[in-house]
Amino acid sequence: MRHLNSGRKLNRTKAHRRALFANLATSLVEHEQIKTTLPKAKDLRPLLEKYITLAKRGGLNSYRLLISRLCSQEAAKKLVEDIAPRCKDRQGGYLRITKAGFRYGDNAPMAIIEFVDRKIKVKNKTEGDKVSKDSKTEKSTEEASPKKSKKKETKKTSDKVLAS
Amino acid sequence: MAVPKKKVSKSRRNNRRAHDAIKPASHMECSSCGELKLPHHVCSSCGVYNGRKVSSTVED
Ligand SMILES: [Zn+2]
Repeated sequence: MRHLNSGRKLNRTKAHRRALFANLATSLVEHEQIKTTLPKAKDLRPLLEKYITLAKRGGLNSYRLLISRLCSQEAAKKLVEDIAPRCKDRQGGYLRITKAGFRYGDNAPMAIIEFVDRKIKVKNKTEGDKVSKDSKTEKSTEEASPKKSKKKETKKTSDKVLAS
Repeated sequence: MAVPKKKVSKSRRNNRRAHDAIKPASHMECSSCGELKLPHHVCSSCGVYNGRKVSSTVED
């Protein structure tokens, strides 16, 4: 019986799960907002909120603990230096989960998980950098994307025509 | 072993399944763009939830 057992296994071994959540946590710390499946987001939130509490405590020991848990020095550094001061006035509840539809292919429920005190400017800056980098390397995809949108529009209009 | 004594007639089988129909998924109009969206979900067309821009991948 699974009395008093909490959490999801997510079809993974313990080591696999540990690695998965370390990756999810570092990605979320890096990008401030990520899209993942709802069960993963639901398990990630309490985990990362505990790490934020650890980062807020400060000191070398908590910093080293964070590096070992996240498997990433950069993420631990950002948690301590950037995110912990931002979350200073909040007593928990640092992360927000919003449902975001169902994934094409396996219909998995998706969610967007983000910091409640998310710096939107930071996100936009990184996006701008990405766009400038991508525009040089992936011009072909940019050229292809407007065509796709046009196709969607035509589909929509055809649907409307059918409806009318 | 317990085994059914009689074949279940079409009528009885269909009567049993009378309540098995799947209801259509509920939907609502987005308050910011007017497109249809799933309730309690980020709008798939404008990325807004509760008047706040959540999804940055959806372009305006
Ligand atoms: Zn909308």
